Amino acid sequence: MANLGPAHYAPYPVATYDGLLTPPEGKAMLLTEMVDEEVAMREIARVMLTSENATIFPGPQVLYAWSEEAKKKATLIKEMAEVLNAKMIPMYDYRPKYPKIDPEVEINPNHPNLTIWHNDIKAAIFIGVHCHYANVALKIVRSETDCYTVGMCALSGHEDAMATIRDQHAEDVAKFIAIAKEVKQELGK
Amino acid sequence: MTMKNTEMEEKNWSGQTMVSTDYILFEAPRTKHFMTGSEVLKEAMKRCTVDASVSYPITPQSEAAHLIGELWAEGYVGTYFRGENEFGVMSEVAGCAMAGARTVTTTSGPGTLRAMENFPMWSGTRIPCQLILMARGINSPLTIQPDNLEVSFLLETGCMIWYAENVQELFDMSIAAFTVAEMPDVHVPIITAVDGFFVSHTRESVMLPDDNIALKRYDPYAAPLPPIDSEMPPGRFLRDPFVMKSNYISYATHASWQWEVRSAVERSVPYAKHYLEGLVHITGDEDAEIVFVACGTASHQAKEANRELTKMGIKSKVVKLRTIRPFPHKELLEATKSAKHIFVPEFNVVGWLDKEVTQSLYSKSEAKIVGRPRVAGGMSMPVEAILREVFENVDVKKGA
Repeated sequence: MANLGPAHYAPYPVATYDGLLTPPEGKAMLLTEMVDEEVAMREIARVMLTSENATIFPGPQVLYAWSEEAKKKATLIKEMAEVLNAKMIPMYDYRPKYPKIDPEVEINPNHPNLTIWHNDIKAAIFIGVHCHYANVALKIVRSETDCYTVGMCALSGHEDAMATIRDQHAEDVAKFIAIAKEVKQELGK
Repeated sequence: MTMKNTEMEEKNWSGQTMVSTDYILFEAPRTKHFMTGSEVLKEAMKRCTVDASVSYPITPQSEAAHLIGELWAEGYVGTYFRGENEFGVMSEVAGCAMAGARTVTTTSGPGTLRAMENFPMWSGTRIPCQLILMARGINSPLTIQPDNLEVSFLLETGCMIWYAENVQELFDMSIAAFTVAEMPDVHVPIITAVDGFFVSHTRESVMLPDDNIALKRYDPYAAPLPPIDSEMPPGRFLRDPFVMKSNYISYATHASWQWEVRSAVERSVPYAKHYLEGLVHITGDEDAEIVFVACGTASHQAKEANRELTKMGIKSKVVKLRTIRPFPHKELLEATKSAKHIFVPEFNVVGWLDKEVTQSLYSKSEAKIVGRPRVAGGMSMPVEAILREVFENVDVKKGA
């Protein structure tokens, strides 16, 4: 089991109550700091490449071929996983799973800490997850694990993630992959 | 007509040109009209490309619900129907909004309480619908008079609450309300409150943009949840183990969910600051030691008191709160930093705003907070009542 996060068992204080809000357009957030998107992308790539059991959690918006954009993104996310040497565990739906989920095959917004604990995941990217469910999951992860979380969001971002970049469409994911390749080379990974 | 801020002249179903919220609120030319609050609300909704409205048009709340029905008959509102009662109405509003419709309704007083279970359900389902609350009292014997007691019941529902002082603010706020509520990172219901009768039934001057422009359509795909899905929470409400299980993970999810709803309300702050031009509006002397903190028509009366005190050579200022949820803690603290005496005039017996102000300033301000005058049940708040509180609590000869 991983160590508990700073908020321990309660998902409070949540980031908004620490005064953090989603980054404005054109900016990204690293912990409590607003930075340029490219700065955040480099740091996210570095953390993913240097953390144990780095994992990407793709959500329904990229797991199902409901639009051309979704198809493009899905292809790019597979490439991203290869570049980051990351595993992929899907969040394929948001229904709570009882009596228990299988943490080796899925992550679920209602019990995300189980997947992170079970797989000892130290860094993770949420992508293609509807914002509400990402936020519910990120609050639990933030409080109950020591996983470095990244919210790669097509809309406004996620202040409860350790790092978040917003307005991420297929071309932005491609840009991130290019930056990740550079970082990987620099790190000799 | 010049429209600087429109990329293309796309029309909605009623033939209005859809424009940005900034254009409607800040740029479009306006003309002067003389209308009641209910009539002004009709004009506002006419410019909002509203998909659906559900109402329980009980008299004597206001004519607002009836007038939105007229908008439907005139072709400006997508669909309009009447619920069996207020609980039914608020449930049906949820259904419309979950299906991806921009939805509005109005209520007040006891009807609000009859529908009460729905308001936290609205916020828990992250629907960006709008309730126009034309506040009136809640008590027995039944009252139909001005009083805003029901706002105290709504404070912890997870909905945003904005408070308009007059018909002009009601017009502008109820348009901005949809835009802020529909922001993907906010996306919670919004209650736009006004004091019933004082605003809903009183005719005032109001500046309106042309009615051939309207808000762009709501895009349910830019939402934090997929449009209606009965197989997952929150759609799958009562037959799901998520709700029924008594185990740690179920508790953690419920806790996180509730914090997320309240986080969403906090995320509205930058948007509200832009569209409302600040969460608080200040009138009077910047360095005054006598400060009135109020919302709605009580702030209008407080401004009258400020004028009277100015005539007497006594400095004072009025801090009008425009948002109650999110509560403008930082702005209130900044606006009251010179205060030695804070008065909170209110139209209810419980002093819910006094409690909010006292809690917000606790251990941060040394000012004495006086939760008076309080009038209720339909009583008016003459400026003399406010001045009497000032003179009873402040020794003005000592230079307050």
